[in-house]
Amino acid sequence: MSEKILMKGNEAIGEAAILAGCRHYFAYPITPQNEIPAYMAKRLPEVGGTFLQAESELAAVSMVMGASAGGARVMTSSSSPGISLKQEGISYMSGAQLPAVIVNMMRGGPGLGNIAGAQGDYFQATRGGGNGDYHVLVIAPGNVQELADYTIKAFDLADKYRIVCMILGDGYLGQMSEPLILPKAVENLPAKDWALTGAKGREPHIIASLRLNPDNYLEKHVYDLYENYKKIEENEVIYDTQNLDDADYMIVAYGTASRICKKAIRMLRAEGIKVGLFRPVTLWPFPKKEIAEAAKKVKKILTVEMSMGQMVQDVQINAGKFCDVDFLGRPGGMLPEVEKIVQRVKSYV
Amino acid sequence: MTKELIFAGFGGQGVILAGKILCIAAMKEDKCVSHIPSYGAEMRGGTANCSVVVADEEIASPVVEHPDICIVLNKPSLDKFEPRMKEGGILIYNTSLIENKPKRTDIKVYGIDCNRIAAENGSERAGNMVALGALVKIVPWLCSVDSFEFALDQAISARNKKFNEVNLKVIKAGYDLPLNAQ
Repeated sequence: MSEKILMKGNEAIGEAAILAGCRHYFAYPITPQNEIPAYMAKRLPEVGGTFLQAESELAAVSMVMGASAGGARVMTSSSSPGISLKQEGISYMSGAQLPAVIVNMMRGGPGLGNIAGAQGDYFQATRGGGNGDYHVLVIAPGNVQELADYTIKAFDLADKYRIVCMILGDGYLGQMSEPLILPKAVENLPAKDWALTGAKGREPHIIASLRLNPDNYLEKHVYDLYENYKKIEENEVIYDTQNLDDADYMIVAYGTASRICKKAIRMLRAEGIKVGLFRPVTLWPFPKKEIAEAAKKVKKILTVEMSMGQMVQDVQINAGKFCDVDFLGRPGGMLPEVEKIVQRVKSYV
Repeated sequence: MTKELIFAGFGGQGVILAGKILCIAAMKEDKCVSHIPSYGAEMRGGTANCSVVVADEEIASPVVEHPDICIVLNKPSLDKFEPRMKEGGILIYNTSLIENKPKRTDIKVYGIDCNRIAAENGSERAGNMVALGALVKIVPWLCSVDSFEFALDQAISARNKKFNEVNLKVIKAGYDLPLNAQ
């Protein structure tokens, strides 16, 4: 018998976090990610961890900041409007170089919007999201197995670079159940020689978000942050391709939208149309060089998103000089239709 | 091969659970599966549904726009999903609660008195299980009826496992029905 279990995406994130050594989780409920807090409420006490439902999103993210400063592996999760409320803490943690994993299972926006899966938070996620010059490392899984695998990776990357790492999913991915092989538990957590662990017998560590004096203190700090970002851009890009080797046309999509595109690609291939998929997995760092190389070999690119077009700007910037970039998307928690994608690609032939 | 299914009915009829049980049973037989429930504003007495894909290759999209197979347990679900079905598809509907016959003539239609058969076999609430049994009789490729025992064991929480025996009996009653497309 296989070791596969059928698991819901949101629960897979919760179990993966525990396997990654996360023992602290603070959150405030919101659909469509409520299975994460529900799962953590049940599981964390079983493994000696702390689950706390905060009184607000700001309180939850501030608790994350505190636990992270103390050296813990810590996570919070929410959906679009809740993530907006957490931006203050995300910006503070980015300034203070505090690692944490933040899950955004996106829903329709703007505002409270609706509760269906959507991809309208790409700009917010990949451009920092809160105030100031910073980035968070954004990973966009495409199925339940990846939700689990990349949640573990997110914890590792967050600690490695002392950065906030975001899992950017959507309501459909969170609600979806698929077979899952549970990843291995992380055994040795990295040492954190910067953490606030009590300064008895050593010099105190300082974790700060405010940097007033001297005048160029903050400037120098931001340069340091960007040196770190440069390393991430050089070393941590993740992407996936399918059917690109002989492709005349390339579809670019991530997350749930990429799943719909895979179906369209099968239908188009069955009719002899050579089309392939480029799927960015890290949205920041965006696979800039890789998409540019792929663009040189195709006649046209179609970017498909569950939004009015956000990632398409990154596609345009990096691939637009090599070929034409078209866009197809639907906002408001609606899914792009397979047949529309098929028709659009056929119109290029 | 890929089969796309919709299970639909009133909240409380167990359509989302039925979809999950099918997924686990098919997964046990090494098929690829995916399950997406409708979620959020649903409540007992409202309508609920789930999209299930079973395939013997990697599932491209778990989203079901035009189902090959529909299992509908109440009238609003029939009204909603019958028009969306693929030509040549299979529609299983619950005659216990649906008086009108499906209209389409380009699909295969099976009317099953789910609630009555469930009641006769020990649980009036297990109409969903009757439909599951009938489903794999009509489309044996999905999974073997024997795999449901494992699936029930995996899907049902500890406090409700006491119902597994009767559910299995009801599934088998659905499987043993004489089934003819209308």
